[in-house]
Amino acid sequence: MTDAVLAVQYAGPLVSIQDEGRAGHMRFGVPQSGPMDRLSFRAAHAALGQDHTGSAIEVSLGGIILKCIKGAVTLAIAGGDFSVAHAGATSSNWTVLTIETGQTLSVRAGGSGSWAYIAFAGALQSRMWLGSAATHTLSGFGGGVIQAGDSLRITHPVAHEDRLGQIERPIGDDGPIRVVMGPQDHHFDDAAISALMSSAFNVSDAYDRMGMQLTGPKIPPKGALSIPSEPVCRGSIQVNGDGIATVLLADHQTTGGYPKIATVVSVDQDRLAQMRAGDPISFAAITPQDALALRRKATLQQARYLEAIAIPKGSLEQRLMRENLVGGIIADAPDD
Amino acid sequence: MEPRLKPVSDNAVLVSFADEQSQQAHDQVLALDRALSQTPPHGMVEAVPALVNVLVVFDPLATEHEAIQAALSDLLVDLEPKATKGKTHIIEVCYDPSFGPDLDAVAQATNLTRDGVIKTHLTGEYTALMYGFSPGYAYLGGVAKPIQIPRKSAPVRGVPAGSVIIAGQQCLITTLTMPTGWSILGRSPTKILTGNAARPFLFDVGDTIRFTQIDRETFDIRQGGDPE
Repeated sequence: MTDAVLAVQYAGPLVSIQDEGRAGHMRFGVPQSGPMDRLSFRAAHAALGQDHTGSAIEVSLGGIILKCIKGAVTLAIAGGDFSVAHAGATSSNWTVLTIETGQTLSVRAGGSGSWAYIAFAGALQSRMWLGSAATHTLSGFGGGVIQAGDSLRITHPVAHEDRLGQIERPIGDDGPIRVVMGPQDHHFDDAAISALMSSAFNVSDAYDRMGMQLTGPKIPPKGALSIPSEPVCRGSIQVNGDGIATVLLADHQTTGGYPKIATVVSVDQDRLAQMRAGDPISFAAITPQDALALRRKATLQQARYLEAIAIPKGSLEQRLMRENLVGGIIADAPDD
Repeated sequence: MEPRLKPVSDNAVLVSFADEQSQQAHDQVLALDRALSQTPPHGMVEAVPALVNVLVVFDPLATEHEAIQAALSDLLVDLEPKATKGKTHIIEVCYDPSFGPDLDAVAQATNLTRDGVIKTHLTGEYTALMYGFSPGYAYLGGVAKPIQIPRKSAPVRGVPAGSVIIAGQQCLITTLTMPTGWSILGRSPTKILTGNAARPFLFDVGDTIRFTQIDRETFDIRQGGDPE
């Protein structure tokens, strides 16, 4: 089939191409990058019946408007709560649709969430760096930040009539964001640690793919700010000399000289990343062993969820029939 | 001090050899990093060496903190700091005034002449201590005492890639156009991001770097005879 080509008519800041990222290069100053919300990225691919090794567009709060100027392709939009306008209809995201030549698709911030993913049934062409299309936003390496005027090409596009419609959303956790203390919690006194655990913080507007600065009580480290630069990882909560905390995220620096009071566990990183400026946030400490057990459990649950949404919904005719049947059953249900 | 092992989140262990930066601590970092590359513990994803510690990242579906810590403890028993040396690289630097806008300021701050600053920079033997900040930013330790100066109070924007910059004991060859508060001495035509997929970064942590001076004409030839 002929390639599908999408013209970018508008793209907000921080809209970029992402894939699962490039692990294994932190020793050279290169973080993994990849999606800010990894489960939503995978869900977008799964809803198209494909594995999540391919790339997708990561849409920021700024939104994106695409116009199909050639071909047609089915695409899935998942992550947060965004608003989608396509072919004269407006809906929420977590949906699969087909865009055809001449049609426009707009994805804009909705009621909540900071990141959404547009995956295509086909191969989104982009630059690669170190074997990955994930954009490292500070350098621009990888697939790159998407801007108005760009054109995106999808090779081997498929129109999947049997996948159109809503994507079931994953069941999210709520409650405090869980952290493992350290690795430099010894640079903080009990008052600072209890302030981190017992206080309400808010997401500040200093939030990008590198990290999320928080507002709230100051949690100053004890004197020693001249600690040697140490390796940091995704989820590290580093605290500067003024006692202001920043959670490091997908495009984090790989080493840093600020002490890291705690680290957000991986299972809570997706929902943390979906928060917006002003959202309240609180923390709860768990052991590394509990964090690992949570991760293993969540991996199984996520695999089951992704399998479930990967099942085709059937052709339009089949879906209508099923809906009629379901409708019929409900309509025929005896009153009690 | 005894190496300190600390679990990090659900997927890493941090091994620390000291609280303060020292040659001895970095030798231990290099030795552990080497041991990990020769005998990676089951489930290890990557090791990240820094100034006084090594972060060992693992796949939490394949292994767990206790198993990684046990493997690390075994490796630490037999650690042989200074057993091998890294590669030595000779890196060309052009100290043309247009490339080294801070040469005069450094000369003034250190009571040296401009040539004195350049000579002192050239005499140093540098070690790649760690990478950080951004892809390919290798922190090279070994700036000679007379030209160790602190960072500027405010960063300068738009410093071109390839700039050779110093602050304190460290020197760095930038890979991106970025703001920096370090002093800019010159520019190197050598690419730290090599573009070679088999070896994308020029230095390994632990490698030795020496600088050699080239004139502007040679720099332009290295850049493909395309003067700015």
